[in-house]
Amino acid sequence: MLEELEALNDEARAELVEVADSEALRTWELAYIGRNGQVTGMLRRVGDLPPAQRPAFGQRANEVKNALQAAYGEREQAIKAAELAERLAAGALDVSLPGRPVLTGGLHPTTRMLRRFYEIWADMGFQVYRSRDVEDDMHNFELLNFPPHHPARDMQDTFFTTEKDVILRTHTSPGQIRAMREYYPEPIRVILPGMCYRHEQITARSEVQFNQVEGLAVGRNIRMTDLKGTIAEFARRMYGSDRQVRFRASYFPFTEPSMEVDVSCILCDGAGCRVCKYTGWLEIAGSGMVHPNVLRNGGYDPAVYTGFAFGMGPERMIMQKHGIEDIRYFWGNDLRFLQQF
Amino acid sequence: MRVPISWLKDYVDITLPIPELAERLTLAGLEVGKIEYYGVPSGDSSDGHLVWDREKIKIGAIVEVKPHPDADRLTIAMVDYGGDALEPCVNGAPNLYPYKGQGRLDPPLKAVIAFEGAELYDGHKDDGSRMVLKARKLRGIENRSMVCSEKELGLSDSHEGIIILDPNAPVGAPAQDVLGDIVLDIELTPNLARCWGIVPIAREVAALTGQRVRYPSDACVMEGPPIEGQAYLKIEEPALNPRFTLTLIKDVEIKPSPYWMQRRLVLAGMRAINNMVDATNYVMLETGQPIHAFDYDILVERAKRVGDVVPTIITRTARPGETIETLDEVHRELDDFTVMVCDTAGVLSIGGIIGGAESEVYDASTYTLDAHGVEYDAERGKADARPRGTTNILLEVASWNFINLRKTLAAQRDRGKEVNSEAGQRLSRGVHPELALLANKRAIEMMRRLGGGTIAQGCIDHYPAPPPVAEVDLPLEFVNRLSGITLASGEVVNLLTALEFECDLRNGGTVIHVVTPPHRLDIDPHDPATARADLVEEVLRIYGYDKIPNTLIVDELPPQRSNVALEREERVRDVLVQAGLREVVSYRLTTPEREALLTPPGAASSWPDAPYVVLANPTSSDKVAMRQTLLSGLMDIAAANLRSVDRAAIFEVGQVFLKTGEPLPDEPPRLGILLVGPRDLPAWMDQNAPESMDFYDLKGVVETMAQALHLPDVTYTPAAHGTFRPGRTASLNVAGASVGVFGEVHPLVSRAYGVPEDATVLAAEFDLAAIQNHMADDRFRVEPISRYAALYQDIAVVVDAGAPAADVQAEIVQAGAPLLREARLFDVYQGEQIEPGKKSLAYALTFRSDTQTLTDKAVAKMQQKVIKALEKKFDAKLRV
Repeated sequence: MLEELEALNDEARAELVEVADSEALRTWELAYIGRNGQVTGMLRRVGDLPPAQRPAFGQRANEVKNALQAAYGEREQAIKAAELAERLAAGALDVSLPGRPVLTGGLHPTTRMLRRFYEIWADMGFQVYRSRDVEDDMHNFELLNFPPHHPARDMQDTFFTTEKDVILRTHTSPGQIRAMREYYPEPIRVILPGMCYRHEQITARSEVQFNQVEGLAVGRNIRMTDLKGTIAEFARRMYGSDRQVRFRASYFPFTEPSMEVDVSCILCDGAGCRVCKYTGWLEIAGSGMVHPNVLRNGGYDPAVYTGFAFGMGPERMIMQKHGIEDIRYFWGNDLRFLQQF
Repeated sequence: MRVPISWLKDYVDITLPIPELAERLTLAGLEVGKIEYYGVPSGDSSDGHLVWDREKIKIGAIVEVKPHPDADRLTIAMVDYGGDALEPCVNGAPNLYPYKGQGRLDPPLKAVIAFEGAELYDGHKDDGSRMVLKARKLRGIENRSMVCSEKELGLSDSHEGIIILDPNAPVGAPAQDVLGDIVLDIELTPNLARCWGIVPIAREVAALTGQRVRYPSDACVMEGPPIEGQAYLKIEEPALNPRFTLTLIKDVEIKPSPYWMQRRLVLAGMRAINNMVDATNYVMLETGQPIHAFDYDILVERAKRVGDVVPTIITRTARPGETIETLDEVHRELDDFTVMVCDTAGVLSIGGIIGGAESEVYDASTYTLDAHGVEYDAERGKADARPRGTTNILLEVASWNFINLRKTLAAQRDRGKEVNSEAGQRLSRGVHPELALLANKRAIEMMRRLGGGTIAQGCIDHYPAPPPVAEVDLPLEFVNRLSGITLASGEVVNLLTALEFECDLRNGGTVIHVVTPPHRLDIDPHDPATARADLVEEVLRIYGYDKIPNTLIVDELPPQRSNVALEREERVRDVLVQAGLREVVSYRLTTPEREALLTPPGAASSWPDAPYVVLANPTSSDKVAMRQTLLSGLMDIAAANLRSVDRAAIFEVGQVFLKTGEPLPDEPPRLGILLVGPRDLPAWMDQNAPESMDFYDLKGVVETMAQALHLPDVTYTPAAHGTFRPGRTASLNVAGASVGVFGEVHPLVSRAYGVPEDATVLAAEFDLAAIQNHMADDRFRVEPISRYAALYQDIAVVVDAGAPAADVQAEIVQAGAPLLREARLFDVYQGEQIEPGKKSLAYALTFRSDTQTLTDKAVAKMQQKVIKALEKKFDAKLRV
């Protein structure tokens, strides 16, 4: 009977090697090691042997059955792994097909740029101060040192309203006066963002409305070098750490001295390109030291206080940054433009 | 202003390469917008301008003009260019015809000759294309050269004839050396009005480069009988006319100016007219001082008309009803502040702005002279239409109150009669009276040199109101405090002296006493604080802004405040972006008619009846008033976008403008939202196209916003508003008050804005200030998460179809408190299975306790309580 057992063992092992799927495996299991399997059956027949042979046979039969069971386990794992692999392979997708579109919202590019301004300037202690769009001549011009009929008024083409001396602000500078009058005698560090208006024809280069962000610092020891250093810090935050900044003399009625601020071109690093008109410099701000008359009109004694002011155009900075050549895109609100941000 | 370098060099040595000079000027505030090169190289070969070949384009002398044997319209110019033999040059220049067949010319005509291989502009094309000169036969005669027109050299568009240079042009010299030039185009800010002349620019160049200015001489040969007794002068309003000077020249011949002068005028941007007009323009360009010439004989005749012998020039303000016809043929009414130049017979000109038609020496708008002295009548087109001869000229050079000139110009402009005069432009920006006499002498002497004649001895010079001299003490400490750099007093003195300020040190060198030179009006003479700031700017301009270092503010930090309104506005933006909306920013200018489209035709408007802020000077007919709503702009944006895309989910945050009784309007901030198009984007894996958004898409956005902003006590109630579809309009109420309405836009309104008829537009406009006021600050309470499991029950109740679901919901929440934590409506049903006039509302209820695990029994009790409450309030039946 022992020979019979060994033959059965060889036969089971040989068959197991041939087993290829779960179903065949189950058949094999039933045939050999299941409750009614042949190996199990032989174990049950141990009583047919003479008592002396029984222990040896029993031991061997158990060995065989355990070994077959282990082999079965291994085979089962291998088959399952193979079957899983096959199933997964059958479920392969064309990963080059487009994904399901996701609906997203987004901020207007000007808002994004304004937020960048708020963030950078807040880090330098400048708070946001906003004031009205429809202004009076007094705040927009006279208190800012533009007397009536002064040639400087030619620099700002103005929308007048049918109400006498009421205009659309041409810059956010009226807020300088309002902030100074509100905060005197505290030192001041504010930025003044907002929509401004100029009496222009709308073209790719000029708009009737645009945002401006002005800055104002007033104190007992505000210096021109501070203005340059502060704007340089801003430029480094906005455009990267290797930005150079330069002053160019200019003229604004509400600052004296007045300077344009140029930053080394953000696209060509100063080598010269189309955006910087081959000068290597981009104009980013008009600036200057607050004019004594303006300090006085804000309540600050020019003998004691000094201040600086600057003005920047967020839309123009966005145009430079992204190579946008038509300023009309901003208020055109074509979603094909807005969705690129 | 345009500055030809050849002219600038008359007054100052140029020690820097031109691009570097341009950079220095730009940094000092004289922004060089453009550098133009004429024939000379720029050092940057990539800019592509035409450089005249030094070997192939030269100055030549046409010694004889021979007829062409086979062509009447061609001649052969025999040109001496410094070579061994004369060069025969076949050409068709009409201005050589008069010399044809006249034998040897003495003196010869100086011209520019170009040889084979030279690159030139193509005279027959207007597109700026160039050509390389080739040898060829012209009607049988071999030709390898060309005498050039201005157009061929790129000097102007003139191709009527060839350039004929002044007799002293050096034969054989490269044309580059004689005619080549560079022009700086400088943009001048209003504070640099003093720089509007070649000499003032030379002064800036000298200060910036450490050179000295060679000022033009005011020497005059005055040999005629004294002017005193031949003209009289009276100034009635010295404050408006602080200085007036007159000189007189007699028997001067009017003819073309020499070529060099014409060339300079053209490079500087003016036309050459004749020697007299050119002399006044030339001296104006040189000094910055406008000059006016009267025909003296006409003045004498006018004087005789009223019984005088000698003309008397009177300056005074215009009298009531007085008018003038100016030389631009405009009949002008005058204001009581307009200063007129008059004589005893009446008005002659508007002082400092424009001459009258009657007393002009030459009407520049009608008569022109071409570059070669052929005189044209622009109207008749015939040469020599006007007799030439000699004339007598009384030359006016005066100073005017520039603010008054600006008022005058503005008044004329407001009448629709804008004056465009070079004199008016310059004088209205401020010209120092000190220049008047110098310019007068320069101009009268220039007239004598160009046209002969005799200058009367002396000048009439009335100077009743010299401007105050700005004189100020400039503390060194102030210079250094304002600038942040450390300069020694000696340095400051040197920098200011370079600009001709007179400086001396006081108080042991700590204070610089500064006197402003007599060509500047820009240093404030009345307010020392302003004058000091003005002077610091001058110091730094010359010191060099490029040398100013960067520092950070060391001054006291102001008290820090947060801007709550802005922070909340930005939060609203973020919430809407999270809800999938895209922000737009529209024009704040519109028309009342456009916004009226928000009310369907014939319906009553639901918008407030506030007056608009209306522009007095709009630039386009669709932007004449400030908006009163965001919705109109959003509708326009939607309609425009639906031409290229099929979906828009947008919002805008910004002010509207409502006039009140005050001069300045209210500017309340608003929030507008608009949805149109499919709910989802189409995708390849979806069989059906996505459905259109409806009222509940917008409601979902509004609810999401209200929740995210922690608005208190939010309710939605039906509302009526003309812009929206009846029955699909709701009010958003916060803390018991409406903050605005939203809903489906009335189809007639959508159509009025050009939205496609099949598109349903959902829109909202809310009072942003009210929303901001109700937004919780960032200390809102956060609920703890219960450790106990929740139990879920669904119920469906049948109520009247007209019962608002929100009321049912509120009742459930109230009745189920505190264990009922959520009641989510998951089905609304009307139909066969229930009674007509009823609807079934199905809710998923979530019960949970924070302190214990709930039993089924406790939940059943709560549920009963809810059902009882609904039965009582809505006569509801539990649907089983």
